[in-house]
Amino acid sequence: MSPTLLFFRRLFRRKLVLAAALVLLSLLLGALLAPWVTPFKPDAMRLARRLKPPSDVNWLGTDEFGRDILSRIIFGARASLGIGAAVVAVSMTIGTTIGLFAGYFRRLDAPVMRVVDAMMALPDILLAIFLVAVLGASAFNVVFALSIVYTPRVVRVVRASTLVVRELPFVEAARALGVSTRRILGVHVLLNVASPVLVQATFIFAYAVLAEAGLSFLGAGVPPETPTWGTMIASGQQFADDAFWVVLFPGIAIVLAALSLQVLGDGLRDMLDPKLRKAL
Amino acid sequence: MTATHPEPLLAINNLEVSFRTEEGTVTPVRGVTLSVNAGETLALVGESGSGKSVTSLAVMGLLPRPAGRISGGSILFRRRAGGAIDLAQASASEVRRLRGAEIAMIFQEPMTSLNPVLTVGEQIAESVRLHRGLGQGDAMRRAREMLDLVEIPDAGRRVHDYPHQMSGGMRQRVMIALAMACDPALLIADEPTTALDVTIQAQILALIERLRREMGMGVLFITHNLGVVAEVADRVAVMYAGEVVESAPVRPLFHAPRHPYTRALLDCLPARAARGADGRRVVRSIPGTVSRVAEGCGFAPRCEFVRDSCRVGAIPLESEPDRVVRCLRWREIA
Amino acid sequence: MSGALLEVRGLTKHFGGGAHPVRAVEDVSFAIQPGEVLGLVGESGSGKSTIGRLILRLLDPTAGSVRFGGDEIATAPERKLKALRRRAQMVFQDPFASLNPRLRVRDIIGEALDAHGLARGRRTERIGELMETVGLPAAHMTRYPHEFSGGQRQRIGIARALAVEPELIVADEPVSALDVSVQAQVLNLMQDLRARFGLAMLFISHDLDVVELMCDRIAVLYLGRVMEIGPAEIVTARPRHPYTQALLAASPKADPDAPKLSRTLKGDIPSPMAPPSGCVFRTRCPYAMPACAEVVPPLRDAGDGRAYACILDSLPSRPEVA
Repeated sequence: MSPTLLFFRRLFRRKLVLAAALVLLSLLLGALLAPWVTPFKPDAMRLARRLKPPSDVNWLGTDEFGRDILSRIIFGARASLGIGAAVVAVSMTIGTTIGLFAGYFRRLDAPVMRVVDAMMALPDILLAIFLVAVLGASAFNVVFALSIVYTPRVVRVVRASTLVVRELPFVEAARALGVSTRRILGVHVLLNVASPVLVQATFIFAYAVLAEAGLSFLGAGVPPETPTWGTMIASGQQFADDAFWVVLFPGIAIVLAALSLQVLGDGLRDMLDPKLRKAL
Repeated sequence: MTATHPEPLLAINNLEVSFRTEEGTVTPVRGVTLSVNAGETLALVGESGSGKSVTSLAVMGLLPRPAGRISGGSILFRRRAGGAIDLAQASASEVRRLRGAEIAMIFQEPMTSLNPVLTVGEQIAESVRLHRGLGQGDAMRRAREMLDLVEIPDAGRRVHDYPHQMSGGMRQRVMIALAMACDPALLIADEPTTALDVTIQAQILALIERLRREMGMGVLFITHNLGVVAEVADRVAVMYAGEVVESAPVRPLFHAPRHPYTRALLDCLPARAARGADGRRVVRSIPGTVSRVAEGCGFAPRCEFVRDSCRVGAIPLESEPDRVVRCLRWREIA
Repeated sequence: MSGALLEVRGLTKHFGGGAHPVRAVEDVSFAIQPGEVLGLVGESGSGKSTIGRLILRLLDPTAGSVRFGGDEIATAPERKLKALRRRAQMVFQDPFASLNPRLRVRDIIGEALDAHGLARGRRTERIGELMETVGLPAAHMTRYPHEFSGGQRQRIGIARALAVEPELIVADEPVSALDVSVQAQVLNLMQDLRARFGLAMLFISHDLDVVELMCDRIAVLYLGRVMEIGPAEIVTARPRHPYTQALLAASPKADPDAPKLSRTLKGDIPSPMAPPSGCVFRTRCPYAMPACAEVVPPLRDAGDGRAYACILDSLPSRPEVA
């Protein structure tokens, strides 16, 4: 059996992890197929039906402009999850590269880690707000700011794993064979730090979804006319007293996405930790 | 049990241990029968996958729960107070009370069995207080005596050392001191010298031997090293694929092994390499590796004497005076 | 000794700086002729594994010279080492950790070929050949390491080393992680390969029986220094250095009628951060005298092809047995 297959079989033995993966998968599918699965256009205003509670027409009710909340949540998933995924992609790429170098080459280690520690000393959300405030509110800048915030975490994890893998006999064996340093780093070390990085990726994805919502809610995120889960809550909060569904359902979407990512990450971590795996 | 044959200290009869795993239930130990008398050393020898360590864990009640459990057979231990207790049936708390009081154990890696934040003196003193009801001062004095007993030089000073300040050999001595603190009737030693250098191993083996003699303990000595077996054992039980395949006193076992596996295993030793026709010295090897068989003899897939009847049913243990062999053909091939 | 494949002179390695570096290897010299097998025996802290790594320049020596086929290795710049790595290879102790668990066997062995541009165009064929050379079915090359047993993995490690057709193999405890029955398979395989390819080997082990079986000559190490070096059968049959004697006496024999292990050696191996002055073995030596603390005994020629580092001209017939 290939390790990949074995991996998924082990991972999904725990039902909660499987459920989380399914939730995530349906959110992602909804986001990808939004134009085809939504009952209404997300920006179709029908003022006659403003702030209507959930019904068989609008399953999750309507907002202050009569827009269908379900459709907006599904479209919002595109922005929210898209920003999250972009942050993961950027911070993983940069963080893994820096982490591999810092962990493998002793001389780079101290200076790189000093910068990383300094950045991690700042509270995540404050740093992000500051960066967006300086750069201006746009989806691109939110991705940029959150990537800067989360890259140091990745660097730390990759560097720590690299320090361990670097000392393993198969790395020494590759050196003895005359394998190039580039291949040692890019194949031997990278393949073997992939597991903790993957775990970190799911956590960062969850943090990024939450942070995007937080930034948007504070008005330091994407412009309010783009439907994201954060902007939906931000613009709906003034009606929340009379129309709870305006904020409740986007909130549930955020919680579902973040929670299922966390559960998936926990599942991955438990499975990849040999000590815990034995106990299962 | 007749009067001429005193009851053994430990009698394991047809022990079976099962584990639940991803692939279903496995039985790493399925036919272990052996006994340890007071004052003797029984060496339980086998390669990896033989089930020798699982057997020792079962005796000590330390099978990882809930995956592992004793699924058959009995482990009779003769209590100091008289009477026997079946460790296979006893409750976890009963076994725990015996462990450390009448049954003691030492392991391969003493570092993981010692508490890193307590001095070795404190750890021994704690054990003595627990088992003998001594006060703080007496217990510390006793700890010093115990370190003397296991020949740690300058014991008065070393009682204040932490485990990490000691060498591997010294830590194993501390483990032995801890085990001896309750004056056990049975010592289970699971590969106690495997992590040590040979000159240190010789010291530890001699120490265990001396303590066994002086304290009249029974020792169940688990090892993969045949040289160590020849050094320490009075009797030997050889395990293969979860079963005891042969057991005998140490001399007959080494000089006239009967089971094909025992014979082949001894021939694998580099010291027994024979010079081939081309002048090169070649060791005999056993083809293949340990594999699970559904029925029949576990060694059949690698045995040079195998025939069809070896692959069906259960192979019974045949007794001779002083020897048992689990093989259908041992008389014809002897 | 001209014509030697490998010539090591005054090799020294200290780890860490400061006042008390770890003196892993001190002033070690030996030579290996083409096709010859030299055994390095010693306990922990003897520096035997470090020597193996210094020879392959996986570690940089602190001092000394390593000449391989006439080329100086000890100070060669990194880019010149690739040529060395075609001629000298290593087999590792741990058959689990020395193979990358995420690569297929095909890629583990193939990597050696790729690194030196060997077997271009017939890579798969060559990998299959190598696997059959070490007694594994070629069809198993698409499997991952975890699908093999310990002995089979060690065979894969040997096939990887053979891929570059080396003249010297440094084997670092190649069988000590294996069961006795499997160990025998691997030892026989290594003997076959040695005869077939005319390989020279540096065979590192703590097991005297294994070393005696595999090696033409033996060097006995203690705390980074050579105590005794000479033909295998002479060193093991008539050890001259007190440490060699003690090591032999402490090795359990698989014979219940052999004399019980005599406890000739008391105490622990000293720390390589603070080795004893003079002869490093003197703190545990049954014959030690005050003079032993004065000078480091040089290797003396015993006349029978062996050299030993002890100031005593002859040893009392039997050390005091405790």
